[in-house]
Amino acid sequence: MKILVPIKRVVDYNVKVRPLDDGSDVDLRNVKMSVNPFCEIAVEEAVRLKESGAASEVVVVSIGDGKAQEQIRAAMAMGADRGILIESDGALEPINVAKCLKAVYEKEQPGLVIMGKQSIDGDNNQTGQMLAALLGLAQGTFASKVEVEEGHVAVTREIDGGLQTLRLNTPAIITTDLRLNEPRFASLPNIMKAKKKPLETLSAEALGVELRKRTEVVSVSPPPQRQGGIKVASVEELVAKLKEEAKVI
Amino acid sequence: MSVLIIAEHDGKSLKNSVSQCVTAARALADEVHVLVCGEGVTEVASAAATIDGVTRVLTADASHYAHQLAEEVAPVVTSLAKDYQYVLAAATTTGKNLIPRVAALLDVQPLSDVMAIESADTFKRPVYAGNVIATVKSLESLKVMTVRTTAFDAAGVSDTAAPVDTVDAAAPVNISQFVGEELAKSDRPELTAARVVVSGGRGLQNGENFQLLYDLADKLDAAVGASRAAVDAGYVPNDMQVGQTGKIVAPDLYIAVGISGAIQHLAGMKDSRVIVAINKDEDAPIFQIADYGLVADLFDAVPALTQQLS
Repeated sequence: MKILVPIKRVVDYNVKVRPLDDGSDVDLRNVKMSVNPFCEIAVEEAVRLKESGAASEVVVVSIGDGKAQEQIRAAMAMGADRGILIESDGALEPINVAKCLKAVYEKEQPGLVIMGKQSIDGDNNQTGQMLAALLGLAQGTFASKVEVEEGHVAVTREIDGGLQTLRLNTPAIITTDLRLNEPRFASLPNIMKAKKKPLETLSAEALGVELRKRTEVVSVSPPPQRQGGIKVASVEELVAKLKEEAKVI
Repeated sequence: MSVLIIAEHDGKSLKNSVSQCVTAARALADEVHVLVCGEGVTEVASAAATIDGVTRVLTADASHYAHQLAEEVAPVVTSLAKDYQYVLAAATTTGKNLIPRVAALLDVQPLSDVMAIESADTFKRPVYAGNVIATVKSLESLKVMTVRTTAFDAAGVSDTAAPVDTVDAAAPVNISQFVGEELAKSDRPELTAARVVVSGGRGLQNGENFQLLYDLADKLDAAVGASRAAVDAGYVPNDMQVGQTGKIVAPDLYIAVGISGAIQHLAGMKDSRVIVAINKDEDAPIFQIADYGLVADLFDAVPALTQQLS
């Protein structure tokens, strides 16, 4: 079984992003870029399934400019077998990304797609569900456990208030939550090996995907800052303040 | 203008998030319809009909809606959506699972986590883990979105009930099956709906010490939460986590105990009305956003607080 893993190049999670002074966009000059953390978990899960014998090949795909090759190489250093870059400078909103991925899915015919539940830049949490809808496939979102069976996959999902387990017909789309696994660090020999793995470049146009603009960012701003209050000296004073000043108890 | 809200419920009762969605919907349109999709949903539909501002309730009742799987629910929402300008659901795990599937079937780019409505087509939503707020204009003729419920007050209850109508169920899709659920059972209010939340962090030192927080919470009819550090350390289960990667809460009173105040935690609770921090480290960042800070050993202060409230 082949597993397709879509990944995204995003600002590293350690970078604190700020809006540009004119509020037109966030300041992405000279910031460190990485594989989106949820996507890394997806790569790890796919590689583990290959190591366990449940999968035969792991293909990573990313959409964006040429620089996303770095992230595809990083995923291959973790154990993915080959990469596909879909070059595009179009409007890469989730629905358009899902349409590109649908075209790749149809070309590759994987048995499973595993991808991050959301990217830490746009925080949309949409692409996996949209890809599943476009393909008419089942979706196992926010997965904390994945068990591959013959013709099915059992997915335990993190939902509000607990866990839910679903049994999905395969092929299916799975999106990863934080607790699914802990991604490995790529070793130096594997990083070197990844440089020799095949990486194919396609264009969104060649896939026949129209990237129409659907939304427009009007402005970005920092969130409202909350002002600190006072320090109280004792539990008695705290209770008095909560009762008389804040009136919350 | 009209809005269709997809109701979240467990088959027996309606989630409070529906009332918050109604408030958001009322800012967009006068006609506010609520779709209750499930199996045996008469009672849930009656509850939805009495939310102030709801003008009509639709029910889609069929056995294949029993677990409200996205694969099954999406087609019925899609078939109704053409009559509306907006389709809304709460930005909960249920809403986030369903809404993008619905939107893709309608060829619409949805908006996630809407926290403010600027105009009929322009909305505010958090990006970059809440470090940046984006104002986004949707160019779609049908707007499909999830709403951050903590950003909207719950609508009240009306004396007169809106009419309840049945809509045809869509044909079963049958590509996914419900196997089981493990839901945390508790007599305390749900974290995201509680008026008071007491949360513990690494300072609690172990899971047993969370009993101190449960005792305090019982006096305040509060829910108990935790920081990611406490969850990662294995003190308490994951579903208690408040923060960017956990639950977003905005209660009237939030009491942070032994929590230093990492950005990821603050993102989940900074919209609370009143924040109290109890921490023995006076330099802890949590004090920078707390309305009332108490520098003290939590093992003395929390039992004392519990006793004072008795």
